[in-house]
Amino acid sequence: MKTLGEILISKEPITEILMGNHALVRAMLESGVKVVTSYPGSPTPEIAEGIRSIPKDKNPMYFEFSVNEKVATEVAFGAAMNGHLSTVFFKSVGLNVAADSFVQLGLFDLQGGMVIVLGDDPGANSSQNEQDNRHFSKLSYIPMYEPNSPKEVYEMFKEAAKIAKEKHMPVILRLTTHVCHAKEKITFDKLEIEEYDYTPKFDHINAPHIPIAARALDMKRMALKRLEEFKEISNNSKFNEIIDNGNKKRGIIVSGLPYLSLLDVLEYANEKVDILKIGIVNPLPEKKIIGFLKNHEEIKIIEELDDIMEKDIKTLAYENKIYTNIIGKVDIEDWIGEYKPDKVYDILKKTWPDLLPDIKMEIPQVKLNPRPPQLCPGCGHRSAFHAIKYALKDTDITVADIGCHTLGYLEPYNMGQVLLSMGHSTSTGAGLSLFNKTRNVVAFLGDSTLFHAGIPGIINAIFNKHNLTLIIMENGTTAMTGHQDLPSIGKNINGPTEAIPIKKMLEGLGIKYIKEVDTYQQTKLREYVLEAQKEEGLKVIIAKHPCMLKLTREQRRKGTFRNNKVEVTDKCDHQYVCISDFGCPAYQITPEGDVWVQEDLCIGDGSCIQTCPTNALSFKIVSKEGDK
Amino acid sequence: MKAFNIYLIGVGGQGIGLLSEVIIRAADKAGLNVRGVDTHGLAQRGGTVSSNIRIGENINSPLIMKGQADLVVALERHEALRGMNDYSKNGSTVIYYDAVWQPLDVRLRKAKEIENEIVEKEAKRRNIDLIKVYINDLSDARMQNMAVLATMAKNKLIPNVEKEHYLLAVNDLLTGDVLKNNLELFEKVYNG
Repeated sequence: MKTLGEILISKEPITEILMGNHALVRAMLESGVKVVTSYPGSPTPEIAEGIRSIPKDKNPMYFEFSVNEKVATEVAFGAAMNGHLSTVFFKSVGLNVAADSFVQLGLFDLQGGMVIVLGDDPGANSSQNEQDNRHFSKLSYIPMYEPNSPKEVYEMFKEAAKIAKEKHMPVILRLTTHVCHAKEKITFDKLEIEEYDYTPKFDHINAPHIPIAARALDMKRMALKRLEEFKEISNNSKFNEIIDNGNKKRGIIVSGLPYLSLLDVLEYANEKVDILKIGIVNPLPEKKIIGFLKNHEEIKIIEELDDIMEKDIKTLAYENKIYTNIIGKVDIEDWIGEYKPDKVYDILKKTWPDLLPDIKMEIPQVKLNPRPPQLCPGCGHRSAFHAIKYALKDTDITVADIGCHTLGYLEPYNMGQVLLSMGHSTSTGAGLSLFNKTRNVVAFLGDSTLFHAGIPGIINAIFNKHNLTLIIMENGTTAMTGHQDLPSIGKNINGPTEAIPIKKMLEGLGIKYIKEVDTYQQTKLREYVLEAQKEEGLKVIIAKHPCMLKLTREQRRKGTFRNNKVEVTDKCDHQYVCISDFGCPAYQITPEGDVWVQEDLCIGDGSCIQTCPTNALSFKIVSKEGDK
Repeated sequence: MKAFNIYLIGVGGQGIGLLSEVIIRAADKAGLNVRGVDTHGLAQRGGTVSSNIRIGENINSPLIMKGQADLVVALERHEALRGMNDYSKNGSTVIYYDAVWQPLDVRLRKAKEIENEIVEKEAKRRNIDLIKVYINDLSDARMQNMAVLATMAKNKLIPNVEKEHYLLAVNDLLTGDVLKNNLELFEKVYNG
């Protein structure tokens, strides 16, 4: 079989099963995208995986993981201003970080054109909220496409890119989690990589690109005019499609993945309902909507997350004196969660009880507790939390940040009591330390997050003399999103770089108390935390240990993985520190209360051995084994 | 062909992603229309992970409705019960690898481990065919998924998908020693 890279770069038309994120890469190549930037975040990192799978000498695109989404947007913007078709992609909440630059994009004459790919996350599968980024499309006057399947991802990106290029403008492609990750068979067009004109095209005449005062208003006028012109594209687009089943009474307006959920639910329906499927969510196809409203007695709008289409459609009906009964959201639950088929069934049943039969779910007789995600066996964060916990009083305050270490909030660690956003922890911790003489504040921050948005908070804490301890959880990778590189490790996706050492950087900022320790050295780490609490100002402890998931994978690949296991010896007197306090998932318990090691899970790192008060843990076997 | 829904469930790290990819490709090799989607991101760190696969002509969303799976494939005992509870149709099939990776609450002694008898009782009550897979001398836990796959092929659990289709898919996705070891195991289980 062809590798992913070979499929993506195949010159001939090719039919393959690909996930949405990978199909997007093929669309980029066919569209002639030259510059791609990103910051990793689910549900989008597989786009980068796709780009990376293409052999370097055959890849016409420049790609980088920038340090955050705002920077990524700016690099792509600069490239577009210089005449290169560019794409920036990131997750839903990444747009909040990028927003300051993003909201300006519509105002510019972007020489090369630009497509912004957003990975929204209805259902908050791997995000701290399920924000609806269609609001940003309205806010910025930038048109937005919303595909429902990998095939549409491919087709819509190509259309968006074509328009962006022709009209020198930005266009948004809004994906959602299960569109990014859905897999289906797609037939791709042939790929022609044209001879590229490398002449820098930046129009360097001063002023047109400076949105200040009166210029800003002219630029806004241009953005609005382009959006107005886009209405015609929307009205004529095949992605805004009426499915006419001849039902004069009932019609449904729906967009994105909920359209496919709806089709599945309607398989059970007692009658065929007409559907207006929306693919361009801003600007809406007004003419099609007006016609659809007029032709039906009742219209149901099935809209995931917020009521953006609903408001516009009701306005259209009012302005056009259409008295069709329009049913939008009816209660708070309609605003929450992903519109999977089950949810669409419930919504439709609530609206038109006679349309669908009752589908009875068997009620299970044995209930199960959920299995939340947890730190991997050998994770340095576990060792760190275990050590730090004993250096803090119950009343002390711990502030979590975003990354694998967020999972420390779970039992048995209970480390991290408040979480806001990427890089917030130092500043939130600073706020918590004001008018607070009695409760120590300890903030956690991952290394990738430090570079992403953590640095201003640290500088602020120095500048304004805040009093807290910051523990930087350095594992040398962006672990949660699939092990992307970061500035401190001396390489990026394209090759070696000059590493930015974290300790040196913080010393440069003038922080007096900085300690660095491997998290497996639990006693030393604990001492540092106790010591730091006695000092004034911002104290930093760099708690290091390489991500063991990444390290063991690399070792297995190279054949250097030492397949050690830990065992519980007969010295065990059932204090359960390993299982209840340290909490490595490899430790399991029999119904009789004996502790044993599940060897499927144990990686033999031994970070647990020191935690046993009776020295009942030890290494079992030492053998060398390659990848099997 | 009516839609055939397969719900896969396991614990992050057990290889659900590869198993799902193999099944999707095997269905395609058999000339069937197929869609699927996996869990990615955060949940993969030792939490419950799942995949949805839908085969047939009238399939739209890659996601299966609760209680509508024709086949639940689980790689761990607790997750087998969870998958059955949430997704199995009455009278359908559940296949699971009998590994136990205790969930947090069991390890913290707040809940009891689920015994095989409980899974069996619940399957019987709902008229569900239950197939338990366990290989005594498996050299690497990461091949448990292949043992399940071979048992699926042996019992023809997916209509119109045959042994050769599974093998073609496995050959597409793995290489070198990993491929060799997995194929050996597949044959051993299939013929065993």
